[in-house]
Formats: sequence, C-alpha cells, structure tokens
Amino acid sequence: MTEERLTQTPSQTIGPFFGFALPIERGSEIVPGHREGAIRLHGTVTDGAGAPIVDAILEAWQLDETGTVSQQRGALARDGYGFTGFGRTSTDLAGHYTFTTLKPGAAGRSAPYVLITVFARGLTHHLFTRAYFPEDAEAHANDKILAAAGQRASTLVSVADGRSSYRFDIRLQGEGETVFLDFDA
Amino acid sequence: MSITQDEITAEIEAVEADAASLVAAGGSPELHPRRDYAPYRSTRLRHPTHELVRADPEEIERVSPAFGHSDVNPLESDLTIQHSGEPIGERMTVTGRVLDGDGRPVRGQLIEVWQANSAGRYVHKGDQHPAPLDPNFSGVGRAITGDNGEYRFTTIKPGPYPWRNHLNAWRPAHIHFSLFGTAFTQRLITQMYFPADPLFALDPIYQSIADPAARARLIGTYDHSESVSEFSLGYRWDIVLTGPRATWMEGEEAHD
Ligand SMILES: [Fe+2]
Repeated sequence: MTEERLTQTPSQTIGPFFGFALPIERGSEIVPGHREGAIRLHGTVTDGAGAPIVDAILEAWQLDETGTVSQQRGALARDGYGFTGFGRTSTDLAGHYTFTTLKPGAAGRSAPYVLITVFARGLTHHLFTRAYFPEDAEAHANDKILAAAGQRASTLVSVADGRSSYRFDIRLQGEGETVFLDFDA
Repeated sequence: MSITQDEITAEIEAVEADAASLVAAGGSPELHPRRDYAPYRSTRLRHPTHELVRADPEEIERVSPAFGHSDVNPLESDLTIQHSGEPIGERMTVTGRVLDGDGRPVRGQLIEVWQANSAGRYVHKGDQHPAPLDPNFSGVGRAITGDNGEYRFTTIKPGPYPWRNHLNAWRPAHIHFSLFGTAFTQRLITQMYFPADPLFALDPIYQSIADPAARARLIGTYDHSESVSEFSLGYRWDIVLTGPRATWMEGEEAHD
C-alpha cells in the first residue's frame, strides 16, 4: 500500500440518452423465470412527487443461493443455465422494473439481500440500496445496516406479493424515502 | 420555460462559493457532484433528503461481476466501423488507463461508452434535437480493460447539443462512460469532456461538481503521441475508481 492515493474520478449523471447503449438482452433475467427456485423481484421507482421515474436503469448484484460469489465469466451473457449474479434493467413507462433471479443465501454478518444500484437523469451520482426479504426477520435483527437504518429500515425490506414474488419499491425522495447506502470508506 | 442562462449561472456560482467556503473552513473538497444541485433542475425531485447510511461493504460489494472477453467483441471499441460507410466528424482515438486509488490497474473490466454524433444528435428516440442523424454512426462502444488497465476507443468527436434545463441551454461535447472496478462499490458512470470547451462555465451538469479541481478531472487531454498521421487525433483520459478494496480477486483470470 502506498501513502499517496490517487483521487477519485467524479461521477456525472447517466442522462436521458442511454437507452440505445446500456440495456443488455434479457438483462433482467439473472436466471430465467421458469428455472426452479426462480423468484421475481420487482417494484416501482418514484420521485419526490410520487411520480413514476420512467427513465431509470437499475442493476442487481448478488450472491448465489448458497451465499457464494459467482465466479462465472460472462456477466453480460444469458445462456439460460449459468448464474453470474448480475442483472440490468430499465424502468418501463409506469416506472416499473422486474428482475427474475434466485434468492441469495446469507453470507457474512448480513441477512440475505440483493444490492440494487439506481441510475437516472437527475441523479448526479448513482444510489445504492439493498433489497432484503421479509421471511428473514430473525436474521434482520442482527443485520448492521438494518440497525443503522433505524426507523426507516422497513424501506429496505421487500414485501411478499405472490408466489415467489417480492415487491421492492424505490422512493428517491419524500414520504417513505428509501434508505440509500454510502460505502465510501 | 423562462429561466435564463444568467439565472442558472448565478446559481452555479453561488454553489461554488458555498463549496469554497466550506473548504476554507477546513472541510475536504467535494469529489463528487452534489445530489441536490438546483441549477440542474431534474435533481429537484430526484435527490434523497435523508443522509445516506454509512455501510461496511460485505463480500458481494467488495467484488465485481466477472466480465470477460466473451462478453465483448474487440471490434466494439471502434465506433467508426459499425456501418458500411465512414461517419462524418473529426476522427479520434480516446485512450487511457483505469486505475484504483493505489494506482493499480483495473484489469479485465467492462467499459461502456455512448455519445452523440458530430452534429450533436443521439440515436435515441427521445432526442428531439433537429440535427441530422448519421447513418454511419450509432455512438455506442464497449471494451474490456487490458492488463495495465488500458482502454482505447476509435470514434468521432461528438457535437454539443441543446437541452431543456433552461433557455438556450447547451451541453459541452462529451462522451458518457460506464465503468466497473474491482469492487461493485467502485461502480462509476460519468462523462469525459474535451479541453477548453467554451460551454463549461454555463453547464449545470459539468458544474454540479462544485470543486474546480475535481471537475477538471473529467477533461481529457490532447495527446499528440496518440494522433495518427493523416488519420486521427488523440486524446488521453485516465480514470480512477476508489472505494473499499477487493479481498477476493482475479480467481479465474487464467480461464480468460
Ligand atoms: Fe449526453
């Protein structure tokens, strides 16, 4: 480790015109929906006026079912069998997004969660959040991030809304504002 | 839409003065843009009002997706050969290295770029700018960084373009960059600019980074050694991704 650290390159907004560049084919399918054990993780992204954000792009990044980091190459490809743990999808005209994936296993000190990153016009810097799962209440009691989120911790926990389906709405501002995370050391 | 450039410029200057006074009082310079940045009007309803919650990254956040050469065709780094003819514009090479905060190369990671054509028009159905599309230019490129963190794109210089933030608002010429580091916490989307653009002082997106030295890090430099005789001009732009270090890395390097 050297004493002199290089200085971070600053962030800039993704802007409105990424739609022809960033989406990847079947990017929302971390696994195909028909795969055994597949879950749906979905929700709506809204702004401070409660209006849907129709020009956001979200990335999901997670452990596999056993709580292990996938080391499989080819995170942009969708071969229908592998699992890389990475997904990317845009919101639709209702501000809605959907990922199909596997529920991650627990690892380390945290309860199981999917890391969600939000990019949009008007966000000068992306936002990180975590989508936890409602059935893990026991593990949530020992989770440091949920503890640090205090009264707002419920915004980090998805809601079961059907068989193998979890709803995780993301409110950028205002009533019920989602907890966003800062990992900078 | 009646907000004038003068009003926006005054707001920009007020934020910069505020940031400078915080530094003068002993604070650290702001390395990133402010999320609540009034001159860029779209931030108004889209910035969180609560402070972000400090989080120690877990293992998954200390690593990145394993992109590889199977994901990206090497030809995707040349934006001038994607169609049957040559795109119109100033042909150039944009090259540099992606490094972490310790100066170590970020190897084998995905870089995505997108940009307007030389007339300032994007291949995007939402772009209403009445400038011509170029049938020989899509403005999308991808690459995987090399062993020294290096990348290289061949493209044409994008044009400035108008937007609707305020009356007579124009974006300086820029290329959008999306980057993955060795850790997901280093994820970065940003924009690279070109030297001495007269629009810098007027642009609330560039100026959303309140510290002048920080925003200057987004400007590539002209590099004559990267210019190719009778063919193209060269620009160099290095990118630094910091954040918590990876403890798990490069496990599968040999397979790729
Ligand atoms: Fe742009």
